[in-house]
Amino acid sequence: MLSVQSVTKRFGGLVAVDSASLDVAQGSIAGLIGPNGAGKTTLFTLVAGFEKPSSGTVSFAGQDVTALPAHERAALGIARTFQIVQPFAGLSVVENIAVGAYLRHPARADAQAKARAVADLVGLGGQLEQSAAALTVAGRKRLELARALATEPRLLLLDEVLAGLNPSEIRDMIPVIRNIRDRGVTILMVEHVMQAVMSLCEHIHVLAQGKIIAQGKPAEIASDPAVIEAYLGQGAAKRLQAKPAGGADA
Amino acid sequence: MIRAYGPAIVLIAAAALVPFAITANTVLNFIVFALIIALAAQGWNVLGGLAGQFSFGHAAFFGSGAYTTALLQTHWGVNAWVAFALSILLAGAVGWIIGFLSFRSGLRGSYFALVTLAFAEVLRILANASTFTGGAAGTLVKLDMGPANFQFASRAAFVWIALALVGFVLIATIAIMRSRFGAWLTAVRENEDAARALGVDTLAVKLKAITLSAAITGAAGALYVQYYLYLDASIAYGPWISIEALVAPIVGGIGTAFGPILGAAALHGFGELTKLFAGGIPGIDLVLYGLLLIATIAFAPDGIMGLLKRLASVFDRRRTR
Ligand SMILES: Nc1ncnc2c1ncn2[C@@H]1O[C@H](COP(=O)(O)OP(=O)(O)OP(=O)(O)O)[C@@H](O)[C@H]1O
Ligand SMILES: [Mg+2]
Repeated sequence: MLSVQSVTKRFGGLVAVDSASLDVAQGSIAGLIGPNGAGKTTLFTLVAGFEKPSSGTVSFAGQDVTALPAHERAALGIARTFQIVQPFAGLSVVENIAVGAYLRHPARADAQAKARAVADLVGLGGQLEQSAAALTVAGRKRLELARALATEPRLLLLDEVLAGLNPSEIRDMIPVIRNIRDRGVTILMVEHVMQAVMSLCEHIHVLAQGKIIAQGKPAEIASDPAVIEAYLGQGAAKRLQAKPAGGADA
Repeated sequence: MIRAYGPAIVLIAAAALVPFAITANTVLNFIVFALIIALAAQGWNVLGGLAGQFSFGHAAFFGSGAYTTALLQTHWGVNAWVAFALSILLAGAVGWIIGFLSFRSGLRGSYFALVTLAFAEVLRILANASTFTGGAAGTLVKLDMGPANFQFASRAAFVWIALALVGFVLIATIAIMRSRFGAWLTAVRENEDAARALGVDTLAVKLKAITLSAAITGAAGALYVQYYLYLDASIAYGPWISIEALVAPIVGGIGTAFGPILGAAALHGFGELTKLFAGGIPGIDLVLYGLLLIATIAFAPDGIMGLLKRLASVFDRRRTR
C-alpha cells in the first residue's frame, strides 16, 4: 500500500529523516515509534505531501506520488492527522468533519450525512453542534481523527492521537482505531503510548535520529537491543540484561 | 431553502418599494451611492470575509471595472451594456492576476494586504499619468439618455438596477456559503494546513475567491461610471474605495451575507444624517465614520450581524423561560 524508499529530509544543516525506508501492507496497522525528535512527524509530512523530500521516493498503491501536492495525495486516499491538533476553530464539530466529507461528496446534504456518520463512529455523535474551539483535548483528538476519516482514505496516518489522553480515554480510543482498520483502512500510527502500540500494531518501525534502526513484530521490537539503546541511551540494553543477574547495584 | 433565502428576498423586495414611497432626488442619490458601496463591499467580503484574505487594495478592481466601461465607450463607442459586462470580466482577470502573483508566492495576512494596496496605488499613478485614461483631467462618458445606453433620466431606475445587482450577489453569496466551495473557503480562512490535509486545493480556492471578489467590486466601479458619467484616477483607484469596501463588511459583520449591505447602509446613513444636522462642520461625516469603526471593533467585533444574533438569542431565552 505504502512504500517509502530511502527518503531523506534536510532542514538546513539538520538531517531530520536520513535515508529511511519502510513498507506498510494493505489492511494492516503499522506503528512508527522512536524517541522525541527522531523525525517521525517529518516522515509523515513527507508521506502526506506537505514537504518534499530532499531525496528518495514515496509510492502509494503502486504509484509514485513524490511529486504530488498534499491535496492530490488526499484525493488518492492518503489522510493524516496533526500531532498539534488543527481544528477549524470557528466552526462546529459537524462543519469541521463536513470539510473532509466534501472531498468525495460534493452535495451539501450528502457531505453532512457522511459527517454525522463519521462523528458517531469516533464517538463525537453527541457534540455535533458544539464549537470545535470548546472541545476538550480528547474531543479535539477525536475530531482530528474524524475529519481525516471523512475523506474516506485508504491509508490513514495517525500522529500521536492518544497523546494527552488519560488512561480511560486511551482505553476508549483503542477499539475505535481497531474498528477503522476492520473497515478496510490501512493505518500507520506514530505513538508514544507503548501499551497501545503493542496491542494494536502488527508491525512496528523504529526511527531514531532520522534512521530506521529496527522493524518487526511488537515482541521482537520490545527485546531488540538497538531499540532499547535508542530509547534509554548507549549501554542500556546491556545494563538491563545484567540487572536480573547482577542484583541491586544498578 | 426558505429559511436560507427568505430574509434576503424579503430585504431586497422591501428595498425595491422605497422609490415608490420616496421620490426626492437627494434621497435616491444617496441610495444609489450606498448601493454601489454595498456592492463593492460584497466583493471584498467574498475574499476577506469568506476566504479570510484581507485586501487593502480593492480599488484595483473597482477602478479596473470603472475604467473598462468608461474607456470602451469613449474610445471605441462600445455599447454601455456590453462594456459593463466586459468590465466585470476584466476586473475579474485583474483579480486573478494579482491573486496568482501573490498567492503563488505564498503571501498571507498583512503581506498580502500590503501587496494589494501597492497594486492599487501603482494603477492609480499609471492611470493619472496616461493620456489614454484622460490623465488628471479625467474622462467624461457622453451623456446620451436611454435604456439602450444604460442611462436613465429617472433615478428610481438606477436604484432598481443597483438593487438587482446587490440582490443577485446577496443570493449568490448565500448559495456559496451553503456549498462545497463555501466550506472550502471557510476551511482556507480557518486553517490552510488542515484544509490541504483534507484534499482542498488551497491555491485554486483562493484564486477563485479573488477572481469572484474582483469581478463583483469591478461591477460596482462600472456602475459608478454609468451613474456619474465621470471618472478620474483618484476616484477609480483611490484609497477611498479600498477603505469603503473593507469598512462596510467589518461594521456590518465580516463573512456574513448581509454584513456588507448593513454596514454600507449604517455608515452612509449615519454619515448623511450628521451632514444634515451638522452640515456646517466640514468632514464631520468622516469623523463619525471613524468613531463607528472604533466602536464596532471595540464593542461588536462581529458587527451589526453579531449584535442582531446576540439580541435574538436574548429574546429566545426570555421566551423559553
Ligand atoms: N520545518 C522544520 N524546520 C526545521 N527543523 C525541523 C522542522 N520540522 C522538524 N524539524 C526538526 O527535525 C527533527 C525531527 O522532528 P520531528 O517533529 O519529525 O520529530 P518527532 O519524531 O515527530 O518528535 P516528537 O516525538 O517529539 O513528535 C527535530 O530536530 C525538529 O526540530
Ligand atoms: Mg512528532
